[in-house]
Amino acid sequence: MSDSVVEIENVSFGYQAGRRVLHEIDMRVPRGKLVGIMGQSGCGKTTLLRIIGAALRPTEGSARVLDVLTNELDGDALYALRCKMGMLFQFGALFTDMSVFDNVAFQMREHTDLPEDQIHDLVMMKLQAVGLRGAARRMPSELSGGMARRVALARASALDPQLMLYDEPFTGLDPISFGVIARLIRDMNDSLGATSIIVTHDVQEALDIVDYCYFVADGRMVAEGEPHAVRDSGQPFVEQFVHGKADGPVPFHYQAPAYGADLELESA
Amino acid sequence: MNRSTIDLWVGLFVAAGFGALLFLALKVGNLASFTTNESYQVQAKFANIGGLKIRAPVKSAGVVVGRVAGIHFDTETYEAIVTMNVDGRYKFPRDTSAKVLTSGLLGEQYVGLEAGGDGMMLKNGDRLRLTQSAVVLENLIGQFLYNKAAEGSEGKDKK
Amino acid sequence: MSENAVRGFFERIGRGVTARMWQLGYGARFLFYLVVHSGTALRRFRLTMREVYYAGVLSLVIILVSGLFVGMVLGLQGYETLQRFGASESLGVLVALSLVRELGPVVAGLLFASRAGSAITAEIGLMKATEQISAMEMMAVDPIARVVAPRFWGGVLSMPLLAALFSAMGIFGGYIVGVELIGIDRGAFWSQMQAAVDVREDILNGVIKSVVFGLAVSWIAVFEGYDATPTAEGVSRATTRTVVTSSLAILALDFVLTALMFTGGNAR
Repeated sequence: MSDSVVEIENVSFGYQAGRRVLHEIDMRVPRGKLVGIMGQSGCGKTTLLRIIGAALRPTEGSARVLDVLTNELDGDALYALRCKMGMLFQFGALFTDMSVFDNVAFQMREHTDLPEDQIHDLVMMKLQAVGLRGAARRMPSELSGGMARRVALARASALDPQLMLYDEPFTGLDPISFGVIARLIRDMNDSLGATSIIVTHDVQEALDIVDYCYFVADGRMVAEGEPHAVRDSGQPFVEQFVHGKADGPVPFHYQAPAYGADLELESA
Repeated sequence: MNRSTIDLWVGLFVAAGFGALLFLALKVGNLASFTTNESYQVQAKFANIGGLKIRAPVKSAGVVVGRVAGIHFDTETYEAIVTMNVDGRYKFPRDTSAKVLTSGLLGEQYVGLEAGGDGMMLKNGDRLRLTQSAVVLENLIGQFLYNKAAEGSEGKDKK
Repeated sequence: MSENAVRGFFERIGRGVTARMWQLGYGARFLFYLVVHSGTALRRFRLTMREVYYAGVLSLVIILVSGLFVGMVLGLQGYETLQRFGASESLGVLVALSLVRELGPVVAGLLFASRAGSAITAEIGLMKATEQISAMEMMAVDPIARVVAPRFWGGVLSMPLLAALFSAMGIFGGYIVGVELIGIDRGAFWSQMQAAVDVREDILNGVIKSVVFGLAVSWIAVFEGYDATPTAEGVSRATTRTVVTSSLAILALDFVLTALMFTGGNAR
């Protein structure tokens, strides 16, 4: 058992031939740590998360997750790997035709032979951990965004996975739900003894809970470090990102021809 | 919508669907023809079968006793060979005659069997000796005109 | 027209045809995979039964009402024409044969495609758009076996039953109009019908047609849903495609099947 749960070596990826979304990424996630992957929208961080989750294969390079190379996985091995991982999707992705209870019980019913009363207790425990035991009988359409995401968290962690992946867990939440989710992510990581990877662009809050973070820009890994080092980093991109500056290495203006030409002014 | 309600409705739906199929088969369709009775084949040659089609009924005394199974052309005698499946329950004498008849004035054509008096019965593969072809309208009109002309000239002769 | 425009025109046609062929192949592979992985749908029959409810039972109203009206119109129109030839007592034959051979399977199939087919496409498409399908994959449950296959088989099982109900209602409607309203002799109505409608030739062939249509519509519906672009617009377009493609498929298959089944007489 190696110390790293996830090892990404020189990984490049493109959805279509010739157009790379990720370029030569290197990443290592030690066991038991909570790691953040941060960057702007569209920089490729969700793609990277998908590669870690074995939903995508790297075009070049290797991705080793839980001691298994994702390139070589066939159907059975892939499903075995996924049983050890949990993923929280951006807006929860709860199954809308089932109740909250059934959503959390889903993995238990599909993958284990546990009797119904045991499943009942387990589901209640998971819901208690996220504070939604009282909503067990509700349907997902009756929940608010924050509550739905908490249920999704309970569902993703139902089988006590070794690796938890979070895709933009804080998007669109009010400050209270925000704090709740952040606290839950940290607590779940520690209590399960799991390893967690969060993809987000909510820098300040993420820096409060993560042990280490990586910065991705235009498909490349541009910076990494522990939160305090990142906050004081001199790198221009990190500075701009962490402190939310409007202009810097990432320009304000989208590529455009000369302003005068667009306004059809006579050559000044 | 809990499980037992869904089960109930699905059960009702399937039952209703099968009920409809049963209704169609029994009340609407001709289930009697869907018999698994044994049938035997007989053949008959006709000079002209008119509009006789495969699956046309074979009737005797107005009752359906079989179906036309096949229609072929004999290149030696230039006649039509009609193969019929007759219900095994009905035995016909060997000198039974077959005619191509029309149901109603303009209805579809069928084969009518008239039993003869022979003691021996038809077996599978036998051929009916006595046949009468279909009435072809043009021939009928032609014959009528000819008869009329013959009458007219006869009358002239007598004068 | 300029040479480039002409060439562009043909190129577009060529590309359209190639795209259709590609989609057909993709769809065929999808169907094959679906059938091979239908074990869950058949073993956990509850899932399939649920879909029979959503596709079949909920279509009952439109099928029964439409069947009744079609039968009644057949009765009216049929009588109007038949009585000119003094053949008004054959109304039962006309109504029954029209329904059992053609209108039952075809119209029920078209209604089924519009109501149930579009619902299935929309449901699967939305599940894809809200990442429920991805979530299921990440939880190591094959979404095709769990979500798609039950809907496919539910549709296939419902269709013949709906067609039979349509025909039965139609004949009843024809009876109401012919015997009760117009005054045709009841005995003649039924006896002529029974003499003319053959169980093997007409009814069985009608059932075979409805099974084939059920397979076609269900396949198109689940495929379009699964293949839909995961956006609101994509799902809406997929739903429209389901209805259009299913309707065309039903009519084309109807021609082929009718030619195969009903070439009566000497046309061998």
